[in-house]
Amino acid sequence: MDAKIFVFVTHTDGKADDSALELVTAARSLFPGCTPSALVAGSGVGPVCQEVAASFGEVWKFDQAALAYPNAELLRPLLVKVLPAGATLLLAHNTFGLDLGPGLSVKLGVTYVPDVVGVDGLEGTTLRAVRQEYAGQVSSHVHCDIAKGAVITVRPGAFKPADAGAAAGQVVDRSEDATGLAARRTFVELIQAEAGDIDITREDVLVSVGRGIGDKENIPLVEELVEAMGAALSCSRPIVDAKWLDKSRQVGTSGKTVKPRVYLALGISGSFQHVGGIKGNPFLLAINKNPKAAIFQVATIGVVADLMELLPVLTEKILKSK
Amino acid sequence: MDILVCVKRVPDSAENEISVGPGGADIRREDLVYSVNEWDNYAVEEAIQIVERVGGNVTVVSVGDTEAEEIVRREMAMGANQGLLATDAAFTGSDGLGIATILEAVAQKAKYDLILTGAQADDGAAQVGGMLGALLDWPYASLVNLIKVQGDKSLRIGREIEGGSQEISDIELPCVLSIQTGINEPRYVGIRGIRKVASVEIPVLDGGALGLPPGTVGAAGARVRRVDYFVPQTGAGAEMLTGSTEEVAGKLVDLLKAKGGIK
Repeated sequence: MDAKIFVFVTHTDGKADDSALELVTAARSLFPGCTPSALVAGSGVGPVCQEVAASFGEVWKFDQAALAYPNAELLRPLLVKVLPAGATLLLAHNTFGLDLGPGLSVKLGVTYVPDVVGVDGLEGTTLRAVRQEYAGQVSSHVHCDIAKGAVITVRPGAFKPADAGAAAGQVVDRSEDATGLAARRTFVELIQAEAGDIDITREDVLVSVGRGIGDKENIPLVEELVEAMGAALSCSRPIVDAKWLDKSRQVGTSGKTVKPRVYLALGISGSFQHVGGIKGNPFLLAINKNPKAAIFQVATIGVVADLMELLPVLTEKILKSK
Repeated sequence: MDILVCVKRVPDSAENEISVGPGGADIRREDLVYSVNEWDNYAVEEAIQIVERVGGNVTVVSVGDTEAEEIVRREMAMGANQGLLATDAAFTGSDGLGIATILEAVAQKAKYDLILTGAQADDGAAQVGGMLGALLDWPYASLVNLIKVQGDKSLRIGREIEGGSQEISDIELPCVLSIQTGINEPRYVGIRGIRKVASVEIPVLDGGALGLPPGTVGAAGARVRRVDYFVPQTGAGAEMLTGSTEEVAGKLVDLLKAKGGIK
């Protein structure tokens, strides 16, 4: 079955993304002992293919100038053309994977299993996978028939990266298959995120505020605490969506990746997109009124409380203790 | 521009404690507050703003039980011109592909230039828009946080990608886009707005009307089945501090000081 298990390897600045080896682990938890094949598409991707070759049986290289930017609308017809019938393809559940995966599964006529965080094994042709719902408040077991193949997106960070070097993969140049690709969506440019007034990625104590603060008028309560602690203020996505704080303050996969020593999360539910932006295993304290909030699964210290009551008392105690 | 926006009625996970019901068969739904999926609300606002700029019509559709009518009405109160409700006992238990198949049938009943969905909903799957695009064979883009109309043939769009960067593309019409939160500021809907559309008729489409034979969608047609819900056991979890507000604040100060959190 090895010949039919594929991992789509994404890469940045000539290096394979961390997800590549995580997807190998996910593939092996699905099909124990398997050696998946890799798909690498882009322009000048020879070094990426060499880099990952040791982790795969084969590495299919699609090297074309037209693929310089990863456009899911171009790659979908290519994958439909080259994947064998019955193939299982694993992708990272990131902004590229969720752009490509759902439509690809339809075009291949196979089962789509999104955002998998765990695998309970395969029973016959039924995959038993673990997912999360309601912003991580509850998990679910899903059973999927993958007899005809599957496209599976795997949550980044959910599986440990496989040890490199187990396989001696051969790079197969399939670039000829990627000629004459056309799409009705064309890439124009990439606009990098703007820098803000402070760089939260360099701060070692962050107080981060989320939707639980309730109202823009309550932000000063947090700012007073930030000042008393001598910390920096960051936030989760809903605060930026509501335009209460600048985008440069946002922690998460669609914001900044931070690595503080201490992280105080106020009214933040703890979606994986937010937690994915917190690195370096900080001392994480979470205050939330919802005892089921997912943030309590990853926090070191948790408090179930109303921010409006607790914050002024906390700020006052900190000022007195100085 | 004629725009179809797909919306879902969901328990608002920001307002609710979601817990697992008896045997894990479902979440506890007794006291849940339902609303329109947050991402979908941004999609409706975006559609209304496009039509305000270039003219056209906004139709809102929801696949769900009859209670989904309340959110269709709410989005009409925002300014959508029509509402549709796709409901049938045979739709229950649909997987993502089932929902996309129902929406494809809805889309085929009229001529739309653009279909918007929310980027994701309560189950976090982020799949229906991409599947719908593929079923219709229309181009698709996910996580869209910018739309500019360029004549009647194409749109210039932005996608939110990792690190807060924005990927700019041109996409041909007709197309399907999934909308990311933050693309706009959805307008407030007051009681008066809801009253205005309280008696507007919302056509109901069932499997027969949509040409979907039993077994093609719903639980019978699903390749992906949710077997149960459970409470995740991840690591040790947080050490929970309890006590009065004063006591908890005192403990927090001690911990923050010990870990260098107070400068």
